[in-house]
Amino acid sequence: MAFCDYQDIWVLIETSQGKAAGVGLELLAPGAELAHRLGQRVAAVILGAHNSEAEQAAAAYGADVIYSAEDPAYAHYSTDAYTYGMAALVEKYHPSILMIGATIIGRDLGPRLSCRLRTGLTADCTSLDVDAESGILSWTRPAFGGNLMAAIQCENTRPQMGTVRPGVFKKVPPDWGRTAEIIRERLPVPGGVVRTTLVESIRETAAELVKLEDAEIIVSGGRGLGNAENFSCIRELAEVLGGAVGASRAAVDAGWIPHVHQVGQTGKTVAPKVYIACGISGAIQHLAGMSGSDCIVAINKDPDAPIFGVADYGVVGDLFQVIPAMVKEIKRLKAE
Amino acid sequence: MNSLVCVKQVPDTTAVKIDPVTNTLIREGVPSILNPFDGFALEMALRLREQAGGTVTLLSMGPPQAAETLRTCLAVGGDRAFLVSGREFGGSDTLATSYILSCAVKALEERTGERFDVIFCGKQAIDGDTGQVGPELAEHLDLPQITYATDAVQENGRLRVRRETAEGYEVLECGLPAVVSVTKTAYELRYATVKGIFFSNRAEIPVITPQEMEGKIDLSRAGLKGSPTKVKKSFTPQRSKQCALVDEASPAASGTRLAALLFEANKI
Repeated sequence: MAFCDYQDIWVLIETSQGKAAGVGLELLAPGAELAHRLGQRVAAVILGAHNSEAEQAAAAYGADVIYSAEDPAYAHYSTDAYTYGMAALVEKYHPSILMIGATIIGRDLGPRLSCRLRTGLTADCTSLDVDAESGILSWTRPAFGGNLMAAIQCENTRPQMGTVRPGVFKKVPPDWGRTAEIIRERLPVPGGVVRTTLVESIRETAAELVKLEDAEIIVSGGRGLGNAENFSCIRELAEVLGGAVGASRAAVDAGWIPHVHQVGQTGKTVAPKVYIACGISGAIQHLAGMSGSDCIVAINKDPDAPIFGVADYGVVGDLFQVIPAMVKEIKRLKAE
Repeated sequence: MNSLVCVKQVPDTTAVKIDPVTNTLIREGVPSILNPFDGFALEMALRLREQAGGTVTLLSMGPPQAAETLRTCLAVGGDRAFLVSGREFGGSDTLATSYILSCAVKALEERTGERFDVIFCGKQAIDGDTGQVGPELAEHLDLPQITYATDAVQENGRLRVRRETAEGYEVLECGLPAVVSVTKTAYELRYATVKGIFFSNRAEIPVITPQEMEGKIDLSRAGLKGSPTKVKKSFTPQRSKQCALVDEASPAASGTRLAALLFEANKI
């Protein structure tokens, strides 16, 4: 098959209990842009048990076409079922580009699927650029702990696949009156395909849940906090801002806060609107996980801390005095 | 319960510096270490051996000096180690790397006459950060995969794995053999013992070469030419931001001012 027969930009829309997850809807924005430049269409792909809600969202956020497959086997993500379903769709419709959110699910599915399709996959992309003539996409991604950016291309195999970091692209404003062509596929998963059994799935309660990747504001604490109890001031600031609590590796290794909060190379990569680093010096492996944030605020006693090198706003001073004053002022401003 | 742990020798990316003049990476003098996630995978395999018996074999692909990293793994308790090495393998992307590793796994099973029940990998290597080799290896070998694992135990001849999810965690079970890729665990890799160091220094680390896999590997799928992805350019990100320092009479006053600035700028 000639490369010109591979058409359209596909975006996998992850769902959770029937609802479209944020990153898929975000990716429809660059997807539409690429589609426009290539004269192709942007398509949303949804695997789930009940897809109507996610289909409506995909249309509202810009999909021209929606491929939707419903089967009980897709209700809860499993590597085998999703790889089966996605491979069947790709082999039938031949997209030129397939984008997947670089979430836990996307990073589990992406390589399994690209390997089955014998094509290239670029992980954790943070920017995309296409050559309209050749249709070849440059996927730019950080490597070497964020010290290096690499532009990667997949010239000779199709589809061109990449996982894209959540929070890098902004969703377009939804238009709930918009419609898209919906192609419903019957793709029941044959017995024996799924080789793992789900024994237990624990959704942490909202209070414990650390959705760092989805948070618009993150307040992170580091070694400068001194002990576990002092995280309360980080939590308080996060709470008045409606944000999530993050941490540096030093704070996690000291046992002050669980690993799910860790931002950085061995933790999570985040790109919120605002990242407030408190008592974090800014070691390279921490910067690797947060330097993509829109606005970085650093509060640290040490004026030479590397964190100030990536910050937009900074206060050199004792965080135990700075943060309570911030909390008080934010409460006052919000009350006005 | 025989495990294979795939490990990679990586530059300690936390020790990498940027040349302030040329704005390029200074790679010289950067120490090589065992990829930290592979350390967690090794510890998980050692714990599984303690629970269920069997052996822990190590496999790495890389230049001859990657044998040092394999010795580190033997010193903490690995039973034996093999290195896959050859000029033909250089420049491999993740698809080619995982293909070569899958061929090496088959070659090893033939050589040792043993089946690996679990193949462990670290979640990702800290130089490439892709996290792709584990799932791709599972696909090449047509085995089930469980990624983001934080613990693994044997139960009634099956593997029970706890893994991170976006919303908390889940426990999965699968039959053997299986591929498990490991994220940061609650436990750290154990220290080497004196006996272990003695053993590792004397251990022979056989090298599996392309020639040795002849007939069992399609070399057109290895190395640069077997890699669908190509790095077109690389550059160091610009990090020189202008930081607006807020410096009022007291830290508290600075805090108040900072909050006001962020509010005015519509950031919060």
